Amino acid sequence: MEFAELIKTPRADNVALHRPFYPAVEGTLCLTGHHLIFSSRRQDNAEELWLLHSNIDSIEKRFVGSLGTIIIKCKDLRIIQLDIPGMEECLNIASSIEALSTLDSVTLMYPFFYRPMFEVVEDGWRSFLPDQEFELLSSATDEWRLSCINKEFSVCPSYPPVVIVPKSIDDEALRKVAMFRHGSRFPVLSYYHKKNGMVMMRSSQPLTGTNGKRCKEDEKLINATLRPGKRGYIIDTRSLNVAQQARAKGGGFEQEVHYPQWRRIHKCIERFNILQESLIKLVEACNDQSHNMDRWLSKLEASNWLTHIKEILTAACLAAQCIDREGASVLVHGTEGTDSTLQVTSLAQIILDPRCRTIRGFESLVVREWLQAGHPFQQRCAQSAYSNSKQKWEAPVFLLFLDCVWQILRQFPCSFEFNEQFLIMLFEHAYASQFGTFLGNNESERSKLKLPQKTMSLWSWVNRSEELCKFQNPLFEANSLVIWPSVAPQSLQLWEGVFLRWNRPSKFLDEAQEEMISIIKYNKELQAKVNALRRQLAELETDDRMQENL
Amino acid sequence: VENVRLLDRLSSRKATLGTLYLTATHVIFVENGSEARKETWVLHSQISSIEKQATTATGCPLLIRCKNFQVIQLVIPQERDCHDIYISLIRLARPVKYEELYCFSFNPKLDKEEREQGWKLVNLTEEYNRMGVPNNYWQISDVNRDYGVCDSYPTEVYVPRSVTAHIIVGSSKFRSRRRFPALSYYCKDNNASICRSSQPLSGFSARCLEDEQMLQAIRKANPGSDFLYVVDTRPKLNAMANRAAGKGYENEDNYSNIKFQFIGIENIHVMRNSLQKMLEVCELKSPSMSDFLWGLENSGWLKHIKAIMDAGIFIAKAVAEEGVSVLVHCSDGWDRTAQVCSVASLLLDPYYRTVKGFMVLIEKDWVSFGHKFNHRYGNLDGDPKEISPVIDQFLECVWQLMEQFPCAFEFNERFLIHIQHHIYSCQFGNFLCNSQKERRELKIQERTYSLWAHLWKNRVDYLNPLYRADHSQTRGTLCPQMAPCNFLYKFWSGMYNRFEKGLHPRQSVTDYLMAVKEETQQLEEELEVLRERLANLQKSQLNDYKVKSKQQDRSKQLGLSTSDNSLANTPQEYSNDLKSFPSRSPSQGDEEDSALILTQDNLKSSDPDLSAASDQESGVEDLSCRSPSGGGCLPSEDSGKDSDEAVFLAA
Repeated sequence: MEFAELIKTPRADNVALHRPFYPAVEGTLCLTGHHLIFSSRRQDNAEELWLLHSNIDSIEKRFVGSLGTIIIKCKDLRIIQLDIPGMEECLNIASSIEALSTLDSVTLMYPFFYRPMFEVVEDGWRSFLPDQEFELLSSATDEWRLSCINKEFSVCPSYPPVVIVPKSIDDEALRKVAMFRHGSRFPVLSYYHKKNGMVMMRSSQPLTGTNGKRCKEDEKLINATLRPGKRGYIIDTRSLNVAQQARAKGGGFEQEVHYPQWRRIHKCIERFNILQESLIKLVEACNDQSHNMDRWLSKLEASNWLTHIKEILTAACLAAQCIDREGASVLVHGTEGTDSTLQVTSLAQIILDPRCRTIRGFESLVVREWLQAGHPFQQRCAQSAYSNSKQKWEAPVFLLFLDCVWQILRQFPCSFEFNEQFLIMLFEHAYASQFGTFLGNNESERSKLKLPQKTMSLWSWVNRSEELCKFQNPLFEANSLVIWPSVAPQSLQLWEGVFLRWNRPSKFLDEAQEEMISIIKYNKELQAKVNALRRQLAELETDDRMQENL
Repeated sequence: VENVRLLDRLSSRKATLGTLYLTATHVIFVENGSEARKETWVLHSQISSIEKQATTATGCPLLIRCKNFQVIQLVIPQERDCHDIYISLIRLARPVKYEELYCFSFNPKLDKEEREQGWKLVNLTEEYNRMGVPNNYWQISDVNRDYGVCDSYPTEVYVPRSVTAHIIVGSSKFRSRRRFPALSYYCKDNNASICRSSQPLSGFSARCLEDEQMLQAIRKANPGSDFLYVVDTRPKLNAMANRAAGKGYENEDNYSNIKFQFIGIENIHVMRNSLQKMLEVCELKSPSMSDFLWGLENSGWLKHIKAIMDAGIFIAKAVAEEGVSVLVHCSDGWDRTAQVCSVASLLLDPYYRTVKGFMVLIEKDWVSFGHKFNHRYGNLDGDPKEISPVIDQFLECVWQLMEQFPCAFEFNERFLIHIQHHIYSCQFGNFLCNSQKERRELKIQERTYSLWAHLWKNRVDYLNPLYRADHSQTRGTLCPQMAPCNFLYKFWSGMYNRFEKGLHPRQSVTDYLMAVKEETQQLEEELEVLRERLANLQKSQLNDYKVKSKQQDRSKQLGLSTSDNSLANTPQEYSNDLKSFPSRSPSQGDEEDSALILTQDNLKSSDPDLSAASDQESGVEDLSCRSPSGGGCLPSEDSGKDSDEAVFLAA
């Protein structure tokens, strides 16, 4: 398909661009296959706005006389308004944008056309390979092995080709376990706690059904992770009620009788459309221009967004607590094991493992626990807060995870190597990007799309010093300890950096950030100078003494 | 009383056993056992309510709520003891004479001269001079020198030059409690001013020629503007109701060239109830997110804060942008008027955003103009209906501004919290009584110490590391976002959940940056020394001139002082399910948040409510072993715990 067919009017002049907190700008609007480009004609203050079509969540059009207005609502939550003179132009442009922002074929997406303007130092597609992860693990324990059972994605379509499983369980047993778990997602290693050798595993629900089916291999597999005489916890991310209802559809949960060494805890984390609706309501509240304080708080409350944050964080803290404090191993699952399960396992690692609080470590966490673990990004992030499609599979699961990370970052502002901008950047790229990283729903789809060959990885771009410096937290001091966040309502806040980003003036906050950076930079410079002088002085003094001795 | 248990509000499982002492000024709880014994000190004057709850099998619970938002839950084994303590505290927390208050016995070991110097730190005459008055338009009037015209006003009052004593007296007779219009802030750049007064006694039709002349004189003192804003900070309904009682508001028809404006800030009773409701939310045990947000909304607290801010912003804009003078009043002109005038001054003048300037501001708009500290903050036993968090709201407005303008204030959050603490503590004489007249009669300055001197001495603790005098945010008028940004107003957990350390960020950016800045300063000094030595050395080598100078090795070990800033950090109760599971984990006992929630000294090693204690404890021998040294650096109380949980920010 040619994009040109979709672009009826490639260019319009005398267009006015309106954004909150900026004066309206007049300029020229251009449409290309993947971008909407607005450039002001003013000589003194040339300005360009590039917007990916895939970033557009919804568009509205309005007419007053012959002046048409298009309101574009983006997945990154920004809203812009374009006034386009001429009804026909406006209609053409609106319909083109609509068509281009809802292309149904992945291979037509921008990442397949994007050519990087920077030198690729490190291929991000190869930056975080399971083998490297396993190598790290084997330096601490030999109780685990790398299994290639899923090489052709033949056992579990949403798992990566290689997974880490207990050494004592062979591939044959794994196959049987896969049959017993929803979507074949058998229990695999998610995290190994070096401090006490406890582990966190994740899977999907067991297919016990109404008649309480059991699977000896499944029991053996998860028991293989326990130390003699020790017990473990199964954290089910559904309420007991929901888990019980799941049995009617063939799903279910681990029965105590068959798993006597495990204690099951239900921690309800909401899913799918409930989350999507929560996001829609929250963003609606944030964009509400009314002057009433009460309405703001009740709308914030009614959105339930912070309730979800609290639930997710609580479950993650609980998992971390079981591992670090109770000295117990943990298995986490919900229904499919691709959403709330991953929120819990990845957040628990941020709490427990200082490595995950570095930039590199966090990237690796996103790759392991989200991309390779089969979180269906393409489905979940198809639309954002302005969606009106109401598709069941759309849900801000990853955004909630990032928000939770931000909450922890806010409580431990010196313990993370990355800053808030890094999290916001990941949010943007998960929803619309020039990079292929978040395309597809799992490794199997990515491999079929040949993404590593045909697109650029986000990590190739981020992990260059030019970009990295924007995402570094100036306050970072490596902290090797477990960090326990507070989940009290007083401690949780709205993530303004995302939700109020486009409707609050950020100038003063940015200035504060700059000031912070310059304070620390100046300190470091002085430190370097002092050290240099000390060395110089020491040298001179030795010279001096030698002369004296002569 | 021994074997008293101190309960932790956040986690029901945790209780510490210790001994409770009552002294003439404090309630002291000393924890048993642990080597560095933890102590909780509470001033009697901080106690706002004591509640004896139903006796249980374990003992008799006693709940003490403090005015600085600390809540202490004790369980006393014997019902008799509990009752005795209850009765004693009720008496001790409600002194009837000023002489019973702590400031009359508090002695920070300063000599007479130092005390006098302390009181001179904030000088309002200097402050009016700084603003640029007296000048061609404004003069100082001595009409109130014996408090003859208005007993709640200061002796020195600034009024327009054209106003005679006759007009002042006439106008004062037409105003509630004779609080006639007087200057609060003068803007040198454009001659616009903020004046304050109480409501006029206009009833439905009364007029007063002198009052009309007074307003006209205020308008004419600003030649650049042809009208005057009169801002009534009450809701219109309240003002209209007042007319029936012979009070009310200015009739635009009777006064020449005024623009009259209502700004609906609720009265002290509404505010008191609102705070009460918000504190109930803060006290909820493990509330859900909805409970919390719903309760916060229901309390209306943030709505009230916003109303005060909006009034301040309106006035600041009128003065700075329109160059129009404003007369502000409410009913008596000592609560809402004080709030609004001080918020507006703070927005207008960068000086008030400095440590010193902020003290001056409170002295000017609150202390000197007769804000009724004694009644509002219940220092002496009095009418509970007079109590209201008026200045607390002002302090919160400042905090909300600090959140929006992180570089604009020289001081930090701790400064505000400590001021709030001392408004209630009665440890210093500044906020005693209801007016300047009463303070003079009591000879406060001769018998007590000034808080400002104390804060000034410790000002390093109160600095905002992001503040730079030459920063663009620092200079000029602050223009906060008006509506629609309701979301800019946030719950201040640093104040209202001040003693629940577990709820706050575990690492403080402010403290970290302060430590970095301190280190930077040391580095600068060292750099200088090194350069000097290097130059000397090079010179001596050049001359081959061997002097056996014993150079002291002055290079000192530099370390970020944050390293002793260990931060309490243990998991909360994330699940009730865990409890029932028999755990063999030896660390079970440390499960709960071990942050020392109730001690008042976490925040402020230099605060004298602690250090002062050493003078007070004559009757309590056990404590002397660990008498906190005045102003010294107590190690953070959080440190005594499992090193694994403490988050060290090692350099």
